This record gives sequence, C-alpha cells and structure tokens, in this order.
Amino acid sequence: MKRSDAWIRRGAALCLALGLMTTGASAMHIAEGYLPRTWAFGWMAVCVPFVAAGFFSIRRKVGRYPKAKMLLAMCGAFAFVLSALKIPSVSGSCSRPTGVGLGAILFGPTATTVLGLIVLLFQALLLTHGGITTLGANVFSMAIVGPFVSWGVYVLLKKAGCRPALAVFCAAALGDLMTYVTTSVELGVVYGNIGSYLAIFAVTQIPLAIAEGLLTVVVYNVLEKYSKAELQELSVL
Amino acid sequence: MKVWQKNAILLLLVVILAAAPLWLLPDAEFSGADGEAAELIEATVPGFEPWFEPVLEPASGEIESLLFALQAAVGSGVVCFILGRITARKSGQEG
Repeated sequence: MKRSDAWIRRGAALCLALGLMTTGASAMHIAEGYLPRTWAFGWMAVCVPFVAAGFFSIRRKVGRYPKAKMLLAMCGAFAFVLSALKIPSVSGSCSRPTGVGLGAILFGPTATTVLGLIVLLFQALLLTHGGITTLGANVFSMAIVGPFVSWGVYVLLKKAGCRPALAVFCAAALGDLMTYVTTSVELGVVYGNIGSYLAIFAVTQIPLAIAEGLLTVVVYNVLEKYSKAELQELSVL
Repeated sequence: MKVWQKNAILLLLVVILAAAPLWLLPDAEFSGADGEAAELIEATVPGFEPWFEPVLEPASGEIESLLFALQAAVGSGVVCFILGRITARKSGQEG
C-alpha cells in the first residue's frame, strides 16, 4: 500500500512536470515586436508582482494540500490542450480558447498566472505565437485579467447561491472573453481604433468563450463527482 | 442525469459551436485573428516594422501543425491520465 502511494506521488510529480513544462501554445497573443518598447517593458513590469505572488500561492497551496499537485498539473495541461485548438468562429476567422478559467477556479488567480506564463513562454519560443517582447502584454491579458475575472465571477456567483456548474460556466466563458477584450485595449491604446481590434478579437471570441465555458464544466462535473474532498480542501465548493 | 450523460451533451454542444460557422459562412477564410490584428496595425501605421523577430521559427507550416498536434496530444494525455486516476481511485476505495 505504501509502495503504491509512492508511485502515485511520483506519477503526480511527473504530471506536474509535464503539465508545467509542456504547457505550450495559447490564444490571443500580440505578435512578436508589435508593441513599442515602452509598452512592451511596461507590461512586463506590471506582471512581475502577479507572477511572484503566484509562485508563493502555488507553494503555499501545494504545501498545505500535497494531493492538489495532481489537480494543478491537470489545470496546466487543460490550458495546454485548449490553447492548441484553433477554432472557427462566426466572424469568419479562427481563434483559440485560453483554458485558464479552470485553474483560476481551483487554485485562484495568481497561481494561474504562473501556469499561463509558462503556456505563453513556450508558445512564444517554439511556435512563434505571441513573442518574448510582447510576453508582458500577453501575460497581462491571458494570465492576469482572464484568471482574475474567472475567479471573481466564480466567487460572486457562488456567494449569490448559483449552482456551481453554472458559476463555473460563466466564470470560464467571461474570463476567456475578457482576455481578448484586454488584448484589444492593449493594442487600441497604442495604435488607436480600439473598436476595430475589439471587432477582430472579442467578436471572434464570443462563441469560443461559450465553448471554453462548456468544456470547463465537463471537467468540473467529473471533479465534483470523484474529487469532492480536494475541491472542498481548495475551498472551491 | 449521470455525469457522463451530462458531459456527452455538453461536448456535443461544443462540437456544434465549432462546426456551425463552417456551415453558416461557406465563403469565409477562417484566418487567424492574431494575424488580422497584425495586418490592421500595418495598415494604420504606414511603414510599420516589428522591432523584434521571433527567436525560433518552425521550419514550415507542416512543422508548426506538428507542434500544435503534439501540444494537444500531450495536454489531453495528461488531463485524461489524471482524470482516470481520480475516477479509478474513487471506485477502488468504495468497491
């Protein structure tokens, strides 16, 4: 019995490593070199405290609930899958979901900032989606605004006595949508025409945000049935 | 309703959401939204040049789709592995 516990721990560590290391591509992304230097470095500076808080948050949570490691790895991997999928939208162009809502609901917004940072970094380095210079702006929209919106919506709806599955749906969908709204604003404040960027990103994103909400509920349903203890430990329920 | 039934319905909805645009807009290009934003910047700022180039670029579109496929495969592998563990553990404890 003890031996199998050790194996489970090793497996969980492996998943965490895989989930963290390979958490690759992602969704919106301002392309490499497309933000002026001042803005590029400004956004990076804004992200630093969130990322630092995220590392502490993960350390604290994993220290307190070692079993949560596996769920954390799963949240990373979930973002990894969703952000690889380019999905056609009613606007006639394609975009990708973010996948960060699940992490934000289970582990809180700053922990998810770290997951999102890793997703974006790998994507910028290997897939030329997003970029190193625009990493700060992309982290701010996908790994800070998105998770904070998801987490805030989830907490509010839960307090309002909403059914958990519905709260998860709204949280993930709105987090996804607001990520793209943020991207549009980030481009709009530099180049003008916020409206046009909103039309490109946010309108395209509406059906994808709904899809992300539904997929997050699919995973949540399984966790709610089989992993209730962990969800209660993480005070999700 | 059982969990798998609920989830099957939800997944069906996702497939419909993703497939509907292809039916509704047979003539659309379905290019990437991030590429369109880059074009818009180039259109608003005459002579725009990105000031930094990607460090590594996939050698071709094929390589890029390989990397994306790998990403999805690894990600869903980990998600399904962990969900499998979680569900098996529960029935193992109770059964």
